[in-house]
Amino acid sequence: MTALAVVDVSKNFGGVAALSGVSLTIAQGERRVLLGPNGAGKTTLFHTISGNVAPSAGRIVLFDTDITRLRPDRRARLGLARTFQITNLFPRLTVLDSVLLALDGAAGRGMRFLGSPAGDRDMDAQAHRLLERWGLAEVAPRIVRTLSYGEQRQLEIALALAGEPRLLLLDEPTAGLSAAETRRVVAMVHELPRDMTIVMIEHDMDVAFELADRIAVMHQGRLIAEGDQAAIRANQHVTDIYLGAE
Amino acid sequence: MTTRLGSIAVAVAALGLLVALPAFAREYSVALATKMLIFALFAMSLDLLLGYTGLASLGHAAYFGVAAYTVALLVVRAGVSSGLAFPAALAAAAVTGAVFAPLALRARGSYFLMITFALSQVVWSVAFGWRTLTNGDDGMPDVVRPNFGFSLDNTASFYYFTLAVVGVATVVLVAIVRSPFGRALRGIRESESRMQALGFDVWRYQYVAFVLSAAFAGVAGALYAYYNRFVGPEYLYVIQSAEALIMVILGGAGTLIGPAIGAGLIVFLEDFISSLTQHWVLVLGVIYVVVTLFAPRGLIGLVNDFRRRGAK
Repeated sequence: MTALAVVDVSKNFGGVAALSGVSLTIAQGERRVLLGPNGAGKTTLFHTISGNVAPSAGRIVLFDTDITRLRPDRRARLGLARTFQITNLFPRLTVLDSVLLALDGAAGRGMRFLGSPAGDRDMDAQAHRLLERWGLAEVAPRIVRTLSYGEQRQLEIALALAGEPRLLLLDEPTAGLSAAETRRVVAMVHELPRDMTIVMIEHDMDVAFELADRIAVMHQGRLIAEGDQAAIRANQHVTDIYLGAE
Repeated sequence: MTTRLGSIAVAVAALGLLVALPAFAREYSVALATKMLIFALFAMSLDLLLGYTGLASLGHAAYFGVAAYTVALLVVRAGVSSGLAFPAALAAAAVTGAVFAPLALRARGSYFLMITFALSQVVWSVAFGWRTLTNGDDGMPDVVRPNFGFSLDNTASFYYFTLAVVGVATVVLVAIVRSPFGRALRGIRESESRMQALGFDVWRYQYVAFVLSAAFAGVAGALYAYYNRFVGPEYLYVIQSAEALIMVILGGAGTLIGPAIGAGLIVFLEDFISSLTQHWVLVLGVIYVVVTLFAPRGLIGLVNDFRRRGAK
């Protein structure tokens, strides 16, 4: 079953073609890594999938639903979750409140005017389970901006997972992390249910090759190669423009 | 836990003081306290937008003034009983908010500020210009106070009426900001794009917050029409909107108690300084600059810093 189909998607910013006719098909449960040098269009592609940027042309299909014209929150309600390359959290809220928001958002039940937010025991327990699972239980009462950068990156992922998404987009989840923190994030991704589809932008080659079932390589807004680890390593074009540059 | 008990003790003491006030204060002070309560509600209503949702409006006088004018027009022109005019005023403010919100919410930041400002000036120019209906800048006198079987004509009884209305409105506001809806508003203030990615229809929440905020401003506006037994176009003017913004910022946006205290202080200072000089607006400007420079999180921010330092 196809989880995500990106069909001939282009995006122009003024005269600059950020994406030119990109097509991708990702099966349910697949772990796909997007590689490519800076400016290749990876994050723009993520933005068109999550709905933050409208494509100039092409279609995006999530499972059987054409989501090309849907707002980001509608896509989220259909089971699409994402993290942001530049940490995008609630700096002045607590970690626990952030997770409770994520649970409310996923269930579409934020429009409740009565009742104490922490009074819902089921929801509170669910939030604590989630924080426990992702190693954030101890920081639950803390204000988000007082967390370390590594903890904030973990919280990004925990929030995205709160709604048990069908498709998870991770935009450079290990960028800026120490080796130990990177290992923790890789372990987090390994622990996710196998039927969850994950698309991930990753610059760390070791992480990319460890987590990916398949890899797609982008360059100057185009998809230039797709395949498993061996195929990508053997691809001369990829070696020239990307791996060779290292 | 001790801080929590402390807060409760302070709240109970404040409430006791408010209830006992007419017993020991001069009539002039009771009237001034009534005005403080009305503006406390007005400032808290604005803070629902500014401090909780992160939308700075420079047009909040529109909803305050529309409610005041609704009371005056119904009572003076249509001969409706003053008590019935109250819910009508609340509804008129909410409807005005419901109509203006989609226009203002097309923009963010300073553009949102400019649109809310422009919309409120439209309402002001109608009140100012439509002389046959509103008497223009002469305003409308003879706005009688409601009579619910007991007269509100003396200062103390109107004070208690205002205290009851503002008290109920405050309880509702507290419930709203502490509810899951209130948490969603704070999330939107912190990051709209993150909230969208979590599945929140951000626009819908902002819209509801806008209308609620307008409705509470309307309650304050109707009370103010009764208080002065008069309405005039200055109720709708940009200075009224700006004063409300400064009340919120002075007290501390993002809390309810802060704007209420800010409102009380501004009303008190306005009364005091106006007896010395005509240049009240100039003084208001200086207050704004000083607060922005030295207490960017308002008086509540200062108090919290002080308490934290004391705890260490």
